[in-house]
Amino acid sequence: MSKQVKQLERVIIRFAGDSGDGMQLTGARFTAETAAFGNDLSTLPSFPAEIRAPAGTMAGVSSFQVHFADFDILTPGDSPDVLVAMNPAALRANRPDLRPGASVIVDTHDFTKRNLARAGYEQNPLEDGSLEDFNLHELDLTATTVEAVKDFGLSRKDAARAKNMFALGLLSWMYGRPTEPTIEFLSTTFAAKADLRDANITAFRAGWNFGETTEAFAVRYEVRPAAMAQGRYRNITGNLALAYGLIAAGRLSGLPVFLGAYPITPASDVLHELSKHKNFGVTTFQAEDEIAGVGAALGAAYGGHLGVTATSGPGIALKAETIGLAVMLELPLVICDIQRGGPSTGLPTKTEQADLLQAKFGRNGEAPLPIVAPRSPTDCFDAAIEAARIAVTYRTPVMLLSDGYLANGSEPWLLPDIDALPRIEPDFARTTNHTVQGKDGEDVQTFWPYQRDPQTLARPWAIPGTPGLEHRIGGLEKEDGSGDISYEPANHDLMVRTRAAKVARVAETIGRTYVDDPTGDARTLVVGWGSTYGPIGAGVRRVRREGIAVAQAHLRHLNPFPADLGEVLHRYDRVLVPEMNLGQLSMLLRAEFLIDAVGYHQVRGLPFRAEELADVIRELATTKETSP
Amino acid sequence: MTTLDEGTDLGMPELRRDGLFGVPAAPDPGTRKEFTSDQEVRWCPGCGDYAVLAAVQGFLPELGLKRENITFVSGIGCSSRFPYYLDTFGMHSIHGRAPAIATGLATARGDLSVWVVTGDGDALSIGGNHLIHALRRNVNLTILLFNNRIYGLTKGQYSPTSETGKVTKSTPMGSIDAPFNPVSLALGAEATFVARTVDSDRAHLTSVLRQAAAHRGTALVEIFQNCPIFNDGAFDSFKGRDTEGSIIPLVHGQPVRFGADGSLGVVRAPGGGVRIVETSSVGDGDLLVHDAHADDASTAFALSRLTDAGHLHQAPIGIFRQVERPTYDDLARQQVSTARESLGDGDLATLIAGKDAWTVPA
Repeated sequence: MSKQVKQLERVIIRFAGDSGDGMQLTGARFTAETAAFGNDLSTLPSFPAEIRAPAGTMAGVSSFQVHFADFDILTPGDSPDVLVAMNPAALRANRPDLRPGASVIVDTHDFTKRNLARAGYEQNPLEDGSLEDFNLHELDLTATTVEAVKDFGLSRKDAARAKNMFALGLLSWMYGRPTEPTIEFLSTTFAAKADLRDANITAFRAGWNFGETTEAFAVRYEVRPAAMAQGRYRNITGNLALAYGLIAAGRLSGLPVFLGAYPITPASDVLHELSKHKNFGVTTFQAEDEIAGVGAALGAAYGGHLGVTATSGPGIALKAETIGLAVMLELPLVICDIQRGGPSTGLPTKTEQADLLQAKFGRNGEAPLPIVAPRSPTDCFDAAIEAARIAVTYRTPVMLLSDGYLANGSEPWLLPDIDALPRIEPDFARTTNHTVQGKDGEDVQTFWPYQRDPQTLARPWAIPGTPGLEHRIGGLEKEDGSGDISYEPANHDLMVRTRAAKVARVAETIGRTYVDDPTGDARTLVVGWGSTYGPIGAGVRRVRREGIAVAQAHLRHLNPFPADLGEVLHRYDRVLVPEMNLGQLSMLLRAEFLIDAVGYHQVRGLPFRAEELADVIRELATTKETSP
Repeated sequence: MTTLDEGTDLGMPELRRDGLFGVPAAPDPGTRKEFTSDQEVRWCPGCGDYAVLAAVQGFLPELGLKRENITFVSGIGCSSRFPYYLDTFGMHSIHGRAPAIATGLATARGDLSVWVVTGDGDALSIGGNHLIHALRRNVNLTILLFNNRIYGLTKGQYSPTSETGKVTKSTPMGSIDAPFNPVSLALGAEATFVARTVDSDRAHLTSVLRQAAAHRGTALVEIFQNCPIFNDGAFDSFKGRDTEGSIIPLVHGQPVRFGADGSLGVVRAPGGGVRIVETSSVGDGDLLVHDAHADDASTAFALSRLTDAGHLHQAPIGIFRQVERPTYDDLARQQVSTARESLGDGDLATLIAGKDAWTVPA
């Protein structure tokens, strides 16, 4: 039977099911096929904090959304074109995100009275007409799968578990995805269990063949490969890119990487990943708590390693005192905060960017440190290198603010040329740097641990084992230059200002604010930071297509800001700052530059939708000037 | 008087791979003066810390190590000023965290001799977690725990080793906390080396330091240390001429015997513990022979319980336990070198490309 093929520019698919249904794996495989096919893509995994919430309940719903297109896209998409719902709870939880006309593929197997009740349905939505706005496909995926794999002698339970591969096969057929990567993946994953391997591959192929033969699906779709710059690509999540960036920073600086960390969602994958790469000279230390994680990293930094800790907001709160010590000791340290919903335990598996003020101010005393934020999953690689560069060059702890969306989301990555990445110079102190008068008036060469580089204001990094440079450092205030303990009032004032000046000098190496203003006549500027880059960019594109001029600037450096940022902000009549918090960057911009920044905030644990941002941008950009 | 002279044999044989393996030796061991920094020592007159500092400054040259490869890390408290007074590398860190920082340093750098200086509040209260985890990991560190049973730097509050009922600034009606016995705690935390000594007995202190430095793994040395300002006399029973009824000397391979003319001794008690008896009431062969190398820490723990929990009149002094177990830092470095040997030095371009990369042609 020949099927109609319809061309599409882009498609958003969401796989949703129970936590045990393998939806994350299904989504990841569809993504890998899509990447291999050559579409641009962006993904949004969403899963509960509970490992196995009660089966069939709303609390246990896990989903994976993938947006792919024949052009460059910026977000995982607002509203799915296709929802695959493996049970009633998955349908109920995701239905509010659907627009009329969306396709809904439902596994009817679990639509029993009991499971409907578990999901909170009083009536069966498949029968009460409540889904009539949608293009509904009711299939008993479970029974079909069990039938397809009956020859492998699996228990009914194990056989039914292959239904996610059946669904993947069906969707792969529908969108013309290449099947080889998934078959290879299943062969490797289940290499030791031949029956499971064969059953999963069979279920996957059965899903494909089902699409090919059934009359239920009359159309298949084609989304052509995107025109992407020449080069070699892979698909990558933010946490993986971050881990690779840290390994790269070790190579670029010639320093062994030492990660001290305590498991915490959504940062644990950085620990997992780095622990696999000991042959890159990486040491990972799973500490007894968050404080020991950063303490050990600081100890390793004192010993001349690239000290790193990776955590989320609650961990930063615990590490605050040690980070303050690192500020005082002026040692390089990279602190990765993979932000999640807060306060307190908050929403461990959901995204938020509400730790900016904690990063900037969350320590006792005047304890400034540079802050860097990646804007996309792939950018985590570059941001990690940048954080390490600043840390090593300026002998300072640096905060890297990623978030749950970047951590688990993925996109294609044009692999960088390793040889073209910038070198980082540790420039360890080797010799004495100061002359004092001896008892008899003679010159004595000595080492002053707080004698600064006049350009960067960085102090020397003199590691144990360097003869003649024995010295003591600590958390007490020290005398300028000598580093001896000092309680002298003017000295403390000088040292507080000097530490601040050193961090401010980082601005000399970060370049100017990049403003995207294609027409050059925009009067409204949208400013963001971190993972909102994609949704803001997509929202800006939408209003520009309507002929409205809007400029966009996205900040990678949040402390210090680029030197020209104030001047840039003052060029525009209106400055909009969308954030996944209640106005943290906008507070800083208002305080530092005395501009009337307008905030737009949501803290739903999910990224912004491009459409909502387009609405906000449009409204502000088309507002008539109000008289003062 | 029970003698704990410098010549006292603590019963410790030479170790095969000692705590200083991998730390470069100095062609010239140096002098006490060279290990003394130019900083003015700022403890109160009469503080027990002076005696410990003098002993350490005098002892360090004996190690024969390059001075730049010795690092002292401390926390917060009076004793934690210690690193400032030694001309080695040193870090005066934050309250309770020295074992964590030292763990990172010792793991990163196998060529350093890493020492932690801490007190009873620093190690057992705010930093209790880091102490027990350093001990169970067996990181190659020597931890000097100055126990004065009081908070000195904050001017006189009770500490986690203060006796119950202690009247201090924060406990005007007497403290209601049960104290820790640091030796019992360390043994329970899987420590491989646990010793106790006294600030004023330089010979014994030095002997214990020598063994602690030679131990590969975490060596915890509790030092009874007098605070003349806020807890003066807490350890008087262990000082001066009349200590024979107070100090229960632990010497590996020797019967545990003390008191005037050895009139008291320690025997195994029914139920698994130990008890003190008149030696005249038992045969010579019935006295417990101290075995610091026993795999099972039960007897060492039982001996630690002979320490008074209230005001201190009687306590075992010496090395309770010294056993060999692989150290965390050695194993961590070994995993890195094994990975490098078996997989080769990592290739960054190959790593980041992964297995599913694709090429977009021009």
